Amino acid sequence: MNNPDKPLLSVENLKTYFYTNAGIVKAVDGVSFYVRPGEALGLAGESGCGKSITCHSILRLLPKPAGRIVSGKILFEGVDLVTQPESRMRQWRGKEISMILQDPLMALNPVYTIGNQVAESFQLDKVARKSLQQKVIDVLKSVKIPSVEERLNTYPFQFSGGMRQRTCAAIAISRYPKLLIADEPTTSLDVTIQDQFIKLLKEIQQRHHMALILVTHDLGLVAESCDRVAIMYAGRIVETGSVLRVFENPAHPYTRALMQAIPRLGQKNKRLFQIEGEPPNPANLPPGCYFHPRCHQAMEHCKQEYPPEIPIQGDGYAACWRYHKEEA
Amino acid sequence: MKSGGVKTEISRGSLNRYRIEVARIGQWLTRLPFIPIICLLPLFVFGIFGPLLYLHDPHAPNLLIAMQSPAWMAGGNWAYPLGTDQVGRDLLTRLIEGARSSLIVAIFGVLFSGLLGIFLGILAGFAGGKTDNFIMRIVDTFMAIPQIFLMLIIAAALRRAGILGLTPIIIAIAISMWVPYARMVRGETLSLKQREFVALARVTGCSSRRIMLKHIFPGVINIIVVMATTQLGGAIMAEAGMSFLGVGVQPPNTAWGLMISESNKYITSGAWWIPTFAGILITITILGSNLLGDWLRDALDPRTRQAMKKIKRN
Repeated sequence: MNNPDKPLLSVENLKTYFYTNAGIVKAVDGVSFYVRPGEALGLAGESGCGKSITCHSILRLLPKPAGRIVSGKILFEGVDLVTQPESRMRQWRGKEISMILQDPLMALNPVYTIGNQVAESFQLDKVARKSLQQKVIDVLKSVKIPSVEERLNTYPFQFSGGMRQRTCAAIAISRYPKLLIADEPTTSLDVTIQDQFIKLLKEIQQRHHMALILVTHDLGLVAESCDRVAIMYAGRIVETGSVLRVFENPAHPYTRALMQAIPRLGQKNKRLFQIEGEPPNPANLPPGCYFHPRCHQAMEHCKQEYPPEIPIQGDGYAACWRYHKEEA
Repeated sequence: MKSGGVKTEISRGSLNRYRIEVARIGQWLTRLPFIPIICLLPLFVFGIFGPLLYLHDPHAPNLLIAMQSPAWMAGGNWAYPLGTDQVGRDLLTRLIEGARSSLIVAIFGVLFSGLLGIFLGILAGFAGGKTDNFIMRIVDTFMAIPQIFLMLIIAAALRRAGILGLTPIIIAIAISMWVPYARMVRGETLSLKQREFVALARVTGCSSRRIMLKHIFPGVINIIVVMATTQLGGAIMAEAGMSFLGVGVQPPNTAWGLMISESNKYITSGAWWIPTFAGILITITILGSNLLGDWLRDALDPRTRQAMKKIKRN
């Protein structure tokens, strides 16, 4: 996966804070990553570690007025999206960067037919009325909705959860975006449907050479469908690298703990590994490395200063003082 | 259908279909709310067909027969079924004529106040922040002014400015009755805008205007229809009030409220029928509009609709 292409999207030191009555919540606190064209990046981490907020920041869809991008750059094909006025953001939304939302059961408007809703994204592109129907049918077929022609006039409540999620996917890919963000697309589906949906997503991604950011807390999903992975903890990326390297040889203690916590077949009687303690409150982060209160290998230095990004085996980096020592 | 062969089959088929269609319409008719419809009938029938139903010239006074009693009372006759008014015009014809102004005022008043309220309500709820604050403070201001006082000022000012006919009344109603719509619509918009489909529309690249029109507006139609129906009664009452106070419909034209205003002194001096029949018509029209609003609210809500069907079946 050593694609020489320059990145399609590169996020540099992004900070998104929420200004609430309880104080400033640093939901995303200095995140940097990049995605190359056609590449799949997994963004993994616990609930509340800032994965979704990172994605919403890219499309500038933060809840206003509390959420704000404080600093950093989001370069999409060389254009900094952070500095774009809201009125121009529509040039990217749906057309260049698209997103599959978390809850497919709620994401479709109950008052419009399926055909109508899929047509909307084409209408935004001013597609001629004549070819509209055919385009809608084609895109719904491409997400494997059975007997599409009969279903164009049905309403979302007549669809199953999996079918609704595929309809959402159809809307997201209808204009062949260069980057597709899938924000925990399978959390509300059951396991077999999850599997089908992820396979479909991969197929679509490869067919249209889209870049994919897959947000999830399911490491199995990442291993199965991504090229690279970034592990987030408390609003920062603690480790990144190719899926192969990170899963084979995790460097950061947090990543290692996560890998240990994955249940495996044939380990029936053992208690699952758990990371002790709780994730830190993003409104009140510990000094130094955010993970040190829960880290078994924490050193004195970890409590004082946030670690720099240290390259690991020429493949990504880990933000951990232990490697700083080894290399020094 | 004795010609036999294929043709009969076809016509029998279409006949059956016709019967099914009739049965379906019949079934639909039985679900309509009869009491509200009957209550609203005078307003609509008199208002729409007015001149066709006149028994006499509504504007020709005849002092010789002034204050003649209704037909069933001593001194009345069937040429003037509800008697005559203080200058000898047929009361029934006057009531029919008055319905038209009331109907026009009610429909346009509700339409314009509704449009204004929906527009400002969606804007306030969707934009939030300063826009919301600004609009809602205007709403508060309007709510602090007594409605009838506001209408009086607006209607009187417009009349002074030389605007004639029903326009001042309609404008006065539109300006003073949009507030409840705006509040209701804003509340509904606030909840709708949190829904995932609005986020999906944003992600797809819809503009705010498009989201408001295509995704928020359909969601508020239900409550608007119900409110508008109820407000129909409110608008008629407002028109009656304004006419009663002298800034509404101007003589020799008439409206129900004006008829009460012109004749209220007779209620104790014997000719009670002149204000009474107008009052009865206003009352049942408002009652009908309120009942229809209630019925619509239940009929448009899928949950109560199911329940209603079950009750009907049992």
